[in-house]
Amino acid sequence: MSWWTPQVEAIAFALFQALVILIGAVLSGALLTMVERRLLGLWQDRHGPNRVGPFGVLQILADMLKILFKEDWIPPFADRTFFVLAPAIAMASLLLSFMVIPITPNWGVADLHIGLLFFFAMAGINVYAVLFGGWSSGNKYALLGAMRASAQTLSYEVFIGLSLMGVVAMAGSFNMREIVAAQETVWFIVPQFFGFCTFLVAGIAVTHRHPFDQPEAEQELADGYHVEYSGMKWGMFFIGEYVGIVLVSALIVTLFLGGWHGPWLPPIVWFLLKTAVFVGFFVLLRAALPRPRYDAVMSFGWKVCLPLTLINLLVTGALILVFSPAGG
Amino acid sequence: MEIAFYLSAVVAVLATLGVVTGRHPVHALLYLIVSLIAVAMVFFALGAPFAGALEIIVYAGAIMVLFVFVVMMLNLGEAAAQQESAWLRPRTWLGPAVLSGILLLVLLVTLIGADVGGRIQGDTLTAKAVGTLLFGPYLIVVELAAMLLLAALVAASHLGRSEAHDEAHTVRQVPGKRTADGRGRAASERSLGDDTSSEENSR
Repeated sequence: MSWWTPQVEAIAFALFQALVILIGAVLSGALLTMVERRLLGLWQDRHGPNRVGPFGVLQILADMLKILFKEDWIPPFADRTFFVLAPAIAMASLLLSFMVIPITPNWGVADLHIGLLFFFAMAGINVYAVLFGGWSSGNKYALLGAMRASAQTLSYEVFIGLSLMGVVAMAGSFNMREIVAAQETVWFIVPQFFGFCTFLVAGIAVTHRHPFDQPEAEQELADGYHVEYSGMKWGMFFIGEYVGIVLVSALIVTLFLGGWHGPWLPPIVWFLLKTAVFVGFFVLLRAALPRPRYDAVMSFGWKVCLPLTLINLLVTGALILVFSPAGG
Repeated sequence: MEIAFYLSAVVAVLATLGVVTGRHPVHALLYLIVSLIAVAMVFFALGAPFAGALEIIVYAGAIMVLFVFVVMMLNLGEAAAQQESAWLRPRTWLGPAVLSGILLLVLLVTLIGADVGGRIQGDTLTAKAVGTLLFGPYLIVVELAAMLLLAALVAASHLGRSEAHDEAHTVRQVPGKRTADGRGRAASERSLGDDTSSEENSR
């Protein structure tokens, strides 16, 4: 085996890691479709899907079969290229973002030193999925949903970046591993509490989750931007939303809750546990909160969250300058 | 790295050609997005990942979204595509094409003549280095750009605000016409709870 050099081994291990993380992200997204409905049932005092398999676990299988075998219909009035492209962008941009998340000290796909910026870039590209999907459907409800979604995402992306700049300033790096390493003693949720709050709000808004799901409000817009989609293309939007939840939860854990740090248990368990808690929190929000009006969402973003992040950044910068060694 | 550079450069040029020759406005915008991402890839290949990431975040992720947003609202159909193809007749683009061709020739000659060998594999520039440069030697430029942006922001806010306010003002008004000056506004706001017709008489 002369070709099995250490270099080849490193490449093979990196490929294996990337595959495991990719499949793990997709599977957890698929699993969440069932877990969310069960949790909603629990919190809203009803049953949820509990017929298929033990505790309704096989509901995922039933849903997948339905999605896969449903006729994949493209409306004749739709713009074909964009109609097919949109769900691919929705899924791919979110899955690519998992690349920069360090899961344990040894696990993680890429160690970019612009790690955080890569996530912002992918979140920026993700807007096109909704925009193209809504426009290419040739349906006014879809277009209205796409309009709302892009306006909302743009407003909230303004301070999703600003809310994390406090973390970046404290860690002194965009690199996710260095940010985790900087939280060895104190998690950033303590000094950066307002950054955490605004990032949480913006994260929910960017994934179009309840209570920020006006783009797909079924009561007024039928189903928003993906009303014309069916079969697996719709499934990509659907799973993509859950992948987004997992992604934002994993980011919150990495940036504010010390990543894999924690006593006794191995790093991977801590990371998964923390992420699962936040995923549960996302579901609880959906179960507990009513949907605000669309203009209230927009003015909350611009008039409350944006000033809050700016003040937070200003105070953080001032404190860093005060406490940093002279001449630094 | 050199392969990545040339591949993304070729993609950028082809995508930009697609923007110019595209007849459907939204399809042309998609080409423009691809072109911007390709330029970002060029930055990555040149060892400036910070600039590449900002290119995607700012241009592809924010500015182009607004472009697409507006063009989608216009509901341009087959008529717009026909108008565009009417504008793309050889007679129209022949002159500019020849002139740009000459410029391209000059650029190529300069590039071939110059020694550009080892410049693609530069050192990777970190975000910190970019920041140190921006707030060191280029501080005044950064501050001036910030002031310009602030002025634009204030102007945009002012333009948007006065229009929106007038609209809300006229909608809220009773049949009697009133100017949108300070006095009229104050009066109508005061009278919101009152009987509007009596306020009208008092004027």
